[in-house]
Amino acid sequence: MRKFKDNLLLGLLWFGAFLTVAILLIIVGYIFYKGIGLINLDFIFGDYSPVGGGGIWPMIITTIYTIVISLVIATPVGILAAVYLQEYAKQGKLVRMIRFATESLTGIPSIIYGLFGAVFFVTTLAMGMSIISASLTLTIIVLPVIIRTTEEALKTVPASYREGSLALGSTKLQTLYKVILPSAMPGILSGIILSMGRIIGESAAIFLTAGTVAAMPEGIFSSARTLTVHSYLVTQESGDIELAAAIGIVLIVMILALNFAATFISKKLNKADY
Amino acid sequence: MNTTLERKEVKESANVEHQNDQRSVKISVRDLDLFYGENQALYQVSLDIREKEVTALIGPSGCGKSTFLRTLNRMNDLIDSVRINGDIHINGNNIYQSKDVIELRTKVGMVFQKPNLFPMSIYDNVAYGPRMQGIKNKKELNKIVEESLRGAAIWDEVKDRLKTSALGLSGGQQQRVCIARAIAMKPDVILMDEPTSALDPISTLKVEELIAHLKKDYTIVIVTHNMQQAARVSDKTAFFLNGEVIEFEQTDQIFSMPKDSRTEDYVTGRFG
Repeated sequence: MRKFKDNLLLGLLWFGAFLTVAILLIIVGYIFYKGIGLINLDFIFGDYSPVGGGGIWPMIITTIYTIVISLVIATPVGILAAVYLQEYAKQGKLVRMIRFATESLTGIPSIIYGLFGAVFFVTTLAMGMSIISASLTLTIIVLPVIIRTTEEALKTVPASYREGSLALGSTKLQTLYKVILPSAMPGILSGIILSMGRIIGESAAIFLTAGTVAAMPEGIFSSARTLTVHSYLVTQESGDIELAAAIGIVLIVMILALNFAATFISKKLNKADY
Repeated sequence: MNTTLERKEVKESANVEHQNDQRSVKISVRDLDLFYGENQALYQVSLDIREKEVTALIGPSGCGKSTFLRTLNRMNDLIDSVRINGDIHINGNNIYQSKDVIELRTKVGMVFQKPNLFPMSIYDNVAYGPRMQGIKNKKELNKIVEESLRGAAIWDEVKDRLKTSALGLSGGQQQRVCIARAIAMKPDVILMDEPTSALDPISTLKVEELIAHLKKDYTIVIVTHNMQQAARVSDKTAFFLNGEVIEFEQTDQIFSMPKDSRTEDYVTGRFG
């Protein structure tokens, strides 16, 4: 009987793992199957054409813009906030409240952020429907992610490193820069990767703040269309599943490439210490 | 202002206790109380630690010996709830009146219970302290690193792999690099908090030999659980019990003819 229970549990565990991998493979497989026929250099590097047959280069550029701008703002702000909360702030009611707030922020549906961005950045700050409005909205979306993961990464740095450094007569700031942050780097980086995924995957909030102009953006103040928004619109407007799937392939490849790049950088950073 | 006066008094009182003792007092502790929040951990601790001697602190777990050690370089400052009354003078300066804890810690080095090298190369670990003090000159750093590693009797073992990760060394080697890292700061005093408790017997022996050697240049205060170790390496021994110093004497006297019956019970292994 005990043996049976054991096997049953093992079977369930195996089934859960299998199901997860299977779903992933089916989705990726289906998207590749549907979309791979459209993928060629013209499709990726070509300009958009409203009559069909054009490329998605403007959307790729727009997507990269949003990633870069939001991360350039969110990463330093998020890391500074996390360092303050974890290393400097007196652990009390206020800090608990800030933590609770950041945790709650991660759970809010992105359309809400989109509405806020549309009112605040687009209208109140008169930035218009633009890449910058969308990027700032995305910054708010990923900020709590970066804060949480950085805090967790800082927590894993052994207290003995801190003590060792302080006992050698270095200041708190030196300890932070030379010992704590480098040790926490892999964790911080994984938070940034996670954020990149969220930015690339976001559509509702961008739709409301950057608009849908399907042309190469002239700058960060022009309205533009990211890959996910484009994919949504082509499915919605023309029911072109193949095209949407082809965009999906580009998105998947982009995310994979960024993950590899981040892991590579993280390894390089670690090696630099030795 | 009146520190010189106090120092003189301290010296005199110490001289009464140890007539033959010629070494000057390096660290003088008077009426030290320490509280963790509401709980008192040290009661009226007073003792004089002499220059270029090894002073061992012994006692059962939780008796306050590590807490006491950490008052000497103000590592207890890291804990918010710690409160301290009383005076500690090092080189005649009241270390709790001076605001400059950085200066204090460059003069009072520390070696911890477990080797705590940073995840960097051996070289960078030893050069860490001097670099934080603003030494950038490569030649000067090379010299400090070599001298410190030689001083910690580990140079020959690591000289060919200075640029490799310090965490690849054995525990005993790591602990000696920790000692090198501490002496790279050219401190006056080295505090050791059970430095061999995580080491094998052979590494322990090496660290003990090192301590005997270091004593020529440094004042050493060592916390140890191991009474044989205290007997082997130290000149003076302080026996702590429940936050009080029960007896502070020449090491051979503590172990051969302790004055207090509690000391006798502890060193003969009746408790602790």
